[in-house]
Amino acid sequence: MRRLTPYLLALPGWMWLAIFLVVPMAAMASVSLQTGNAIDGFAMTFSFSNYGDALSTYSTQLLRSLLYGGLATVAMLLIGYPVAYWIAFRGGRRKSMYLFLLLLPFFVSFVLRTISWNFLLADNGILFGTLKDWGLLPEGFHVLATTFAVVGGLTYNFLPFMILPIYVALERVDPRVVEAAQDLYATRAAAFRRVVLPLSLPGVFAGVLMTFVPATADPVNAQILGGTSNTMIGNIIQTEYLTNLDYPTASALSFTLMAILLVGIFVYAKALGTENVLEAAAR
Amino acid sequence: MTGLSAIELEDVVKEYLSHGEVVQAVKGVTLDIAEGEFFSLLGPSGCGKTTTMRMVAGFEQPTKGLVRLHGQDVTNVPPNKRDINMVFQSYALFPHMSVWDNVAFGLKQKKTPADEIRRRVGEMLEIVDLTGREKRRPREMSGGQQQRVALARALVNRPRALLLDEPLGALDLKLRQAMQIELKRIQREVGITFVYVTHDQSEALTMSDRIAVMNDGLVEQLAGPREIYERPASAFVAGFIGTSNLLTGTAAGGVLKVGGGRVLVPGHDGEVTVTVRPEKITIGTEEPAPERSGVRGTVAEVVYLGTYNSYAVNLADGADGADGTVITVFQQNAHDATATAERGDSVWLSWQTQHSYVIGSS
Repeated sequence: MRRLTPYLLALPGWMWLAIFLVVPMAAMASVSLQTGNAIDGFAMTFSFSNYGDALSTYSTQLLRSLLYGGLATVAMLLIGYPVAYWIAFRGGRRKSMYLFLLLLPFFVSFVLRTISWNFLLADNGILFGTLKDWGLLPEGFHVLATTFAVVGGLTYNFLPFMILPIYVALERVDPRVVEAAQDLYATRAAAFRRVVLPLSLPGVFAGVLMTFVPATADPVNAQILGGTSNTMIGNIIQTEYLTNLDYPTASALSFTLMAILLVGIFVYAKALGTENVLEAAAR
Repeated sequence: MTGLSAIELEDVVKEYLSHGEVVQAVKGVTLDIAEGEFFSLLGPSGCGKTTTMRMVAGFEQPTKGLVRLHGQDVTNVPPNKRDINMVFQSYALFPHMSVWDNVAFGLKQKKTPADEIRRRVGEMLEIVDLTGREKRRPREMSGGQQQRVALARALVNRPRALLLDEPLGALDLKLRQAMQIELKRIQREVGITFVYVTHDQSEALTMSDRIAVMNDGLVEQLAGPREIYERPASAFVAGFIGTSNLLTGTAAGGVLKVGGGRVLVPGHDGEVTVTVRPEKITIGTEEPAPERSGVRGTVAEVVYLGTYNSYAVNLADGADGADGTVITVFQQNAHDATATAERGDSVWLSWQTQHSYVIGSS
């Protein structure tokens, strides 16, 4: 009995995972191999061609999603790292206030925030309309319904998830270690490259993971800011499920996206050197 | 000591802005540290010793004054351009690098050829007895080993001076004593100037050629360990280094009447403060010979401390019997462990005139 105790204690956790992760996944996997329609019902036919069909039909949207997710992640990294660095090393006594400001937008719903960008960026809206009235922008200028708007929206919405883990990693860097590098003849740039950057990599790793995955799968930004020519895979899955009621195609697309992201994460972890990342994180 | 200057500070002042107020951490320090010297900056926390060292290293710029290394003005030279290395408090090793990479860091930054790096790092690890542990990460090592990595990482660059900021503070007593001897050996071996910052007076006394005792941003006394212990320049130094007794009063004709007896202070008149170390005092029941200083009192406490007994003696004074001065006396347990005096005994305390040291006559 005593030897079983730890396993029994873990039981609620395992059951949670079983009910809310394994069962739905299995159900979705099963649906992705079925054929039929919403009126007559679906039947299991082990139709692996669902995957091929879905992929060939929506490869453009899938690739676009990966591209937009990737662009947004790069943009977030370029913006987020300096912000995290600044708060961690220059924030002084106001650190917690800056972190609070960073989280402040979360008090407004995700969809509402995205809609307000739509409002701000509208062709004749509060910003561009005024600038056009003043003759500072050409009449045909627009941002909405462009790649830029969607990637910008993704960048804006997920930025805190990039900044926070990097901040946590940088916060743990002992300033004396940086001084030690400078004492050992490293310039400021070299001290950053050889000491601060490697020590913050676990944060970068976590940040990229926490932003690239949801940004790639996100349907909201493309729908609200992207118009008709920037559809992402999240929108397709949503439409197939909710509008077309084509559950097998939607499930097949979901699984495909998940597989691609998992492989991507694995390759990324390998490339960055998981061992180094985990080791530094366990410091 | 060759007599050449390794490090010179000329009237160095460091001011900080703290809560809108200017605070002087260092209030005008002038030091001349010789080539090859083991020099200690000793003082309580907040005395300015660490700030002084950080100005030598280049992490802080003095508000006023000059810092010279080997005769060259480096006051505004950044730390990475100073031919001087530092062993940090709690070591500040690079946690993501192996021992080898930690030690090789400075040489790599200086673009030393690879084969020379290999040779010098290997030699250095041998000196600090870490051969075979090159691939370890700092956190896999004990405190003493990390300490030696930090030392190797600095010394491998053959700096012209090494700064050590309380490097033994994190070690336990046994290891600390072993490392004190070890540090002194390494310093003799490499012949580099060591500047050692500590608040531990016994550490400073054990290792240093000279000590600057700092208090409140100023150097109170600059001298060798023996001189500082035997002839403290101020009441602060007397109190900070070891245990010390202070006797204050008005001297007339070279004699200070105090504690129902007299302290001989030849050549001093008027208000004087005299210090005498506890181990120089003899406890007796007879009035001492006239050439010795002697005071009278009552034993208030006897503490057995193994190699010696410590007595606290309330001084008798004038008519009312006591003036509140407590004199501490250490007496070796040479023959047997029985105390020479018991609590409540009336005793005479006496010492040779040369052991009274007048620190201030005002």
